[in-house]
Amino acid sequence: MLSVNVEKRLGTLNLSVRFEAAGGATALFGSSGAGKTSVVNMIAGLLTPDRGSIALDDTVLFDVGAGINVRPHQRRIGYVFQEGRLFPHLSVRQNLDYGRRMSGRTPDVSEFARIVALLDIGPLLDRRPRMLSGGERQRVAVGRALLMRPRLLLLDEPLASLGVGHKREILPYLIRLRDDAAVPMVYVSHTAAELRRIATTVVRLDAGRVVASGGIELLDETDSDAIG
Amino acid sequence: MLNLSSAEWTAIELSLRIAIVATACALPFGIAVGWLLARKNFWGRAVLDGIVHLPLVLPPVVTGYLLLVSFGRKGPIGAFLDQHFGLVFSFRWTGAALACGVMGFPLLVRPIRLALEAIDRRLEDAAATLGANHLWVFLTITLPLALPGMIAGAVLCFARALGEFGATITFVSNIPGETQTISAAIYTFIQVPGGDAAAARLVVIAIILALAALVASEWLARRAAIRFHGE
Repeated sequence: MLSVNVEKRLGTLNLSVRFEAAGGATALFGSSGAGKTSVVNMIAGLLTPDRGSIALDDTVLFDVGAGINVRPHQRRIGYVFQEGRLFPHLSVRQNLDYGRRMSGRTPDVSEFARIVALLDIGPLLDRRPRMLSGGERQRVAVGRALLMRPRLLLLDEPLASLGVGHKREILPYLIRLRDDAAVPMVYVSHTAAELRRIATTVVRLDAGRVVASGGIELLDETDSDAIG
Repeated sequence: MLNLSSAEWTAIELSLRIAIVATACALPFGIAVGWLLARKNFWGRAVLDGIVHLPLVLPPVVTGYLLLVSFGRKGPIGAFLDQHFGLVFSFRWTGAALACGVMGFPLLVRPIRLALEAIDRRLEDAAATLGANHLWVFLTITLPLALPGMIAGAVLCFARALGEFGATITFVSNIPGETQTISAAIYTFIQVPGGDAAAARLVVIAIILALAALVASEWLARRAAIRFHGE
C-alpha cells in the first residue's frame, strides 16, 4: 500500500496531491503539466515535497513533520523513465545487472533468466543501448527496474517516446508484468486508451490536484486519444 | 641516425619522467577541481576558477617565482612538506614535476569540466533509483562518461609538461641529470659554442615526442568512445 499526501510549489503550479494505491496498476492520469511526473519523482525521492508525507507499506519514506526523507538509493523503488535512461557506456546485460550490483546481492541466474524471458530481451544482452530500437530500450529499462527487486514500480509515460508500432509491441509485456510480477505499479500517462488496457485503479490529476479517483470507468469521461 | 650522447638521453628520460609524474599527480586534483567547477555553486567559485587559470595567463617566470617562495625549502609549504613528509622540491626533479603539473593544470581541468557538464544528470538520477549512493553514482556513471574528457585533459597536460621551460628553470634551475629537461638542455646547448648539433637532435626528439603524444591521445579517445558510447 502506497500512501501519498504531498504539497509542492513548482513555478506557477501549486501541487497538492493525496491518494492511496494498493496492489495492481494505479494510473496517474491527466493532461500535460498536471504534475504527474512531479508526483512520481517525489515518490522516488528525486524531488522533495514542501509538505506532507509518503509511506510505502509500513515504511515512511518522507515525512516533513518527523524530518524523514529516505534517500532515493535506499527506497528500493523501481523507476522506468519516459526516455529509458539506459546507461550508454554499459551493455544491456550490465544495465540489467546494475541494481543487483549496487545492492551487493549475489547473482540470481534464474531470476535474471525469468525476467529476460518475460520481456523477450535475450538476444539483446550483449548490445549497447544505442544499438536498440525505442521499444527494445524501454523493455530493457523495465527489466532493469524489475531486477533491483523493487517494492513498487513507477512507470512515467513509458510509451510516450515510442511510435505506434512500438506501443503495440510493448503494452502486452506491461500487462504480463502487472499480472505475473506481483509488484504494485504506478503508471503515469495522459493517454486514456493506453491506461484502459493496463490500469486497475485510476487517479485523475488536473492542475496539481486530484480531481477524481476510482476504477477505470473514470477514463471514459474524457476524450481518449487513440494509440492505435 | 640520431647519435645521442648520454647527457641528451638523460634529458629525454628526465623529461618523460617529469611529464608523466606531473600528469599522474595532477589528475586527481584536476578531476576534483573540474567536478567542483562543473557541479557546485559555492562562495569563492569564481576565485577558484581564476586561480586555476592563472598559470595560463601569468608569465611562466612569475609562476616559477611564486613556486620558489612557497614551495622552496624556506617557503611555508615547502618547509612544512620537508619537515613532515621529507618531500623536497627545490632543485630536485620533483620540483620540476610540480612546476610542470601547475603549468599544465588549467589545460587538464578544462576538458574534464566540460565533459562533466555535458553528462546527462538524469542518468545519475536513474542510477540512484537503482540503489547507487553518491559515491557509486560517481564511480560507475559520472567518471566513465567523463573519461574522454579526462584523456583529452591528461594529454594536454602531458604535452604542456613536456615542453615547460620558464616556470621550471625559475623554480628548480637547470641542473643536468636532475632538473635539465629537453627544453632546458636545448636552451643550454644553444648558449655554448658548437652546441648546435646537439640542440638540433633534441629539437627532433621534442617534435617526435609531441607527435607521439597527439597520436596516442587520438587512439585513446577513439578507444574510449567505442568502449563507452558504442560508436
